[in-house]
Parts: sequence; structure tokens; C-alpha cells
Amino acid sequence: MKLITAIVKPHKLDDVKDALHTFGVQGLTVTEASGYGRQRGHTEVYRGAEYQVDLVPKIRIEVLTEDDDAEQLIEVIVSAASTGKIGDGKVWSIPVDSVVRVRTGERGADAL
Amino acid sequence: MASAITTLAADAPTLSAANTGFMLICSALVMLMTPGLAFFYGGMVRVKSSLNMLMMSFISLGIVTILWVLYGFSLAFGTDSGSLIGWNSDYVGLSGIGITELWDGYTIPVYVFAVFQLMFAVITPALISGALADRVKFSAWALFTALWVTVVYFPVAHWVWGAGGWLFELGVIDFAGGTAVHINAGAAALGVILVIGKRVGFKKDPMRPHSLPLVMLGAGLLWFGWFGFNAGSWLGNDDGVGAVMFVNTQVATAAAMLAWLAYEKLRHGSFTTLGAASGAVAGLVAITPSGGAVSPLGAIAVGAIAGVLCAMAVGLKYRFGYDDSLDVVGVHLVGGVAGSLLVGLFATGGVQSDVAGLFYGGGFAQLGKQAIGVAAVLAYSLVASALLALLLDKTIGMRVGEDVEVSGIDRVEHAETAYDFSGAGGGTTSRNTAATAPAASKKVDA
Repeated sequence: MKLITAIVKPHKLDDVKDALHTFGVQGLTVTEASGYGRQRGHTEVYRGAEYQVDLVPKIRIEVLTEDDDAEQLIEVIVSAASTGKIGDGKVWSIPVDSVVRVRTGERGADAL
Repeated sequence: MASAITTLAADAPTLSAANTGFMLICSALVMLMTPGLAFFYGGMVRVKSSLNMLMMSFISLGIVTILWVLYGFSLAFGTDSGSLIGWNSDYVGLSGIGITELWDGYTIPVYVFAVFQLMFAVITPALISGALADRVKFSAWALFTALWVTVVYFPVAHWVWGAGGWLFELGVIDFAGGTAVHINAGAAALGVILVIGKRVGFKKDPMRPHSLPLVMLGAGLLWFGWFGFNAGSWLGNDDGVGAVMFVNTQVATAAAMLAWLAYEKLRHGSFTTLGAASGAVAGLVAITPSGGAVSPLGAIAVGAIAGVLCAMAVGLKYRFGYDDSLDVVGVHLVGGVAGSLLVGLFATGGVQSDVAGLFYGGGFAQLGKQAIGVAAVLAYSLVASALLALLLDKTIGMRVGEDVEVSGIDRVEHAETAYDFSGAGGGTTSRNTAATAPAASKKVDA
């Protein structure tokens, strides 16, 4: 199993959610996040004093999936989240040892 | 303040119900400026010190009111002594004043004049506090306020407005407080910060305003209250001068806001909210001394010039390294100096005073007098305020500890915080609060 984590622009959340739903993903977790990549943040001006604000708002989406679907799922997210502009975010996956559904105690693929 | 009413020699002024009512409303408007200022300043500091900023302004309503009644009114507006200070034992505790006794040739009671001037005395030390954000012991600030109004404000108000005061006799025009209020407070702020030093992290940490909506609310209340400040300073409205002052207040403030925003857009690329609020205040400050002497077109010029000058001046603290936290020097001192000097250029000679400025054929005479007024108040306030701060710093200490400043002055000095940000993942959970609250209140009851 794999955990796919995507950091995307906040306004792309709905697009990504719809695309994942179409792909057949049953559940996901969304968190408000902030951070920066190569583009860094933005500048704010208060009475002429400029402040560099490094952290920009992002959305973090996490999805658990079976190994076979992982690559395709990443492509779905990337194509839904892409605007072609700087700051579109990143998607990565990491291996997951075990998954348990809390309600039933099911494990592995059954728990997804 | 020359007599507003042309009376026949035999006619003694009588109490005017209209003017008295007008002046009571103006006094209430000026009172509103102090809480307005508290919000203007309070929104500009960080969350952790916002209550302290509000309190530094608000406490003035307590301290200065009491001192004014006890002896302040007497020192500022009592019988002149040596052109420097006044005294009248009837004014001590406002004890010897009849309720229908009229103020010095005007149609309003002494009580009304005293309470109107009280509101000026209240807001002036509150103006200073913006330069001292985040770092001054509240007890030291309260004591400073009491000493400062006694040693600086009451005498300076006498110089500028008291019959026999030396700047008044010289012919300096300060309609509603350019020198006595704004230059006075701005110079005092500079004097105190030179003694107490910078905030921890000045020029390194971001110190962004925590609530620009509060700043806008405060600026709006200031603008509104300023109509009482300026239009009321004619002490009546029999001849339309108060109305001119009202118009000029609006016009100059609008011009200054637009000028500040234009400067900012050209210089930094954005029209900022803080710029709009600051520009408005700069215009209000600048029109205060001059508003009774200029025409509405002159008021546009005064506002626009002050808007740009103040917008430029707020950057000086970074260049010279003094931590004027919320730009009291940049806005009030620079705006006050600009407004006071511009009287010497734009006075038409046909409104509050018959003295014309340079652009209206009056030559340089009035400009020279204005410059003397500016320099005298600036120098006295700067030096006296710095000495008072030094005295307090050497005795009870002016500043809170560095740890308190970093963790937040609100919690330590006031045992409160402005906002409750607790909840999932932050601070105390609601369950813990609910469990401990009854126990804590029982303890207090017992």
C-alpha cells in the first residue's frame, strides 16, 4: 500500500477531489497547510516597511491506495492540480506497512 | 482664541443655549477620539500586546481627568504669571465656579470650556503612547502620564492658548492644537524613545499589525471626533467660523488620505489600508492648527502636502534607528510642524484671524511667528519628556523585562489576553477550562 500526499493550491482542491472521486477513490484527508517552495512567499507593505512573508497557504491532501493504483492516482492529482504557474505544489508517495479500519478491525486492502 | 462675537461695548455676553449645547456635543466628540486612538494604535501592534496598547490610551481618561479638575485647568487657563503658567484658586477642584458663570467674554459657561479643554488634555499624552508600544511598564506609563501633563502639557497649553501666555501674545496661530497637542506629543514621543530604546527585535522581527480593521475603526472614530476638536475650538457658532473649520477638516483629511495613497502606490506599488488610515490622521493633524485660517482650497493644499510629507517621514525611523513603534513622530510631529508652518503661507486673513500668510500678501512675518511656536514647543517638550523618562527609568524602571516583552506584555502587566485562540491543538482545551473554572471562582469567593 502507498500513502499519497499532495500539496496543492487551495483553489484546486475541488478539482482534485472531483478527479479522485471519478477515479474511484473512496476517502481522503484534507488539511490546511502553509509552506513555500522555490518561489518563496510574498511581500506585504505596512507604512512603507516591506515584510517578506515566506509561508503561503496550501492544501494538503492525503490518500491511501493499493500499490498498483499509486502511479495512476498521482497522475490524476497532478493533472487536476496543475495550472502551469509557479507554486502549483508537489505530490509524493511513500510505502505504508499496515492499515486498520477502526470500526471493524479489517486490515490491509480491505480497510481502504 | 480671540473673541468670537462682535459685541457693543455696553453689551455683556449672555449665556447662549445654542452655543452651550454645541460645545457640550463637541466635548463629547473629542472624548470619543481617545478610545478611537486606542483602537487605531491597538490594531497596529501584535496580538500579544494589543490590550496594553489600548490601556495606555484609555488610562489617560482616568488620570488626566482627575488632575485637570484638581489643578490642571488652573495651571493652563488661570490668571497668567510671567507668561509661562496660570493659576486661579477658584479653578482648583473646579470649586469656585458658578454654573452660569461665563468663560472670558464668550457665551458658554466656564464649566463647558473647562470640560472641552479637558478632552484635549486627555488625548495628548495618549498620543505619545503609540511610540512606546510593547515595552513600557504600565505603572511607569501611568506615572509618566501624570507627571507629563503637569510639567509639559498644562504649561504649554497656557503658552499657546492662555490669556497672557507668551506664544499667544506673540501671535502664534494654533487654532485647535497643532503645537499644543500634536507637536507637543510628537516631540515627547521622540524624547522618551531616545531614553528607553528599541523594542526587542526591532528591524529584525516582523512586527505587522494584528488587526487592520481595528485600525480603520479607530481612524474613523478619530476623524468623526475631530469635528468636535476643530469646529468646537471657536467656542461657539455665531459667525460661521466653526462651520469653515468643519469644512476644512473634512477637505484636508480627504486630500491627505488621497496623497498618502498616491505616494504609496508610486513608491511601493499598493494602495494599503494602513496608508489610508494614516493619511487621514496626517491630514487631521495638519489642519488642526491651520483650519480656521485657510480657505477650503488652502485646506486641500495643507492636507496633500502633509499626506506626502508624513508618508515619507515614517521611513526615517529605519534610517536613523529610533524605534517610533507606531509613527507618532512621523505622523504627529511632522504633520503638526507642517500644519503649523503652512499657516504662515496659506492664512487668508479673512476667517479666524485677520493675519494673512505669505501667499496672501502677508509677507514672512506670520511664518516667522509660527516657526518660533514650533521650535519652542518642540524643544521644551523633547527635553522635558526625555528628562522625565530618565527620572522614571532610574527610579522605578520604564521597561518590562526582555522575557516579558517577547512573551507578551498583556499577560504579565494586565493578566489578560486580547483574544482566546484556544481550541483543538492550541492552548487549554475547553474541557480543562470547564473543569477548572468553577474551582477557581470558588477560591476567589472565599
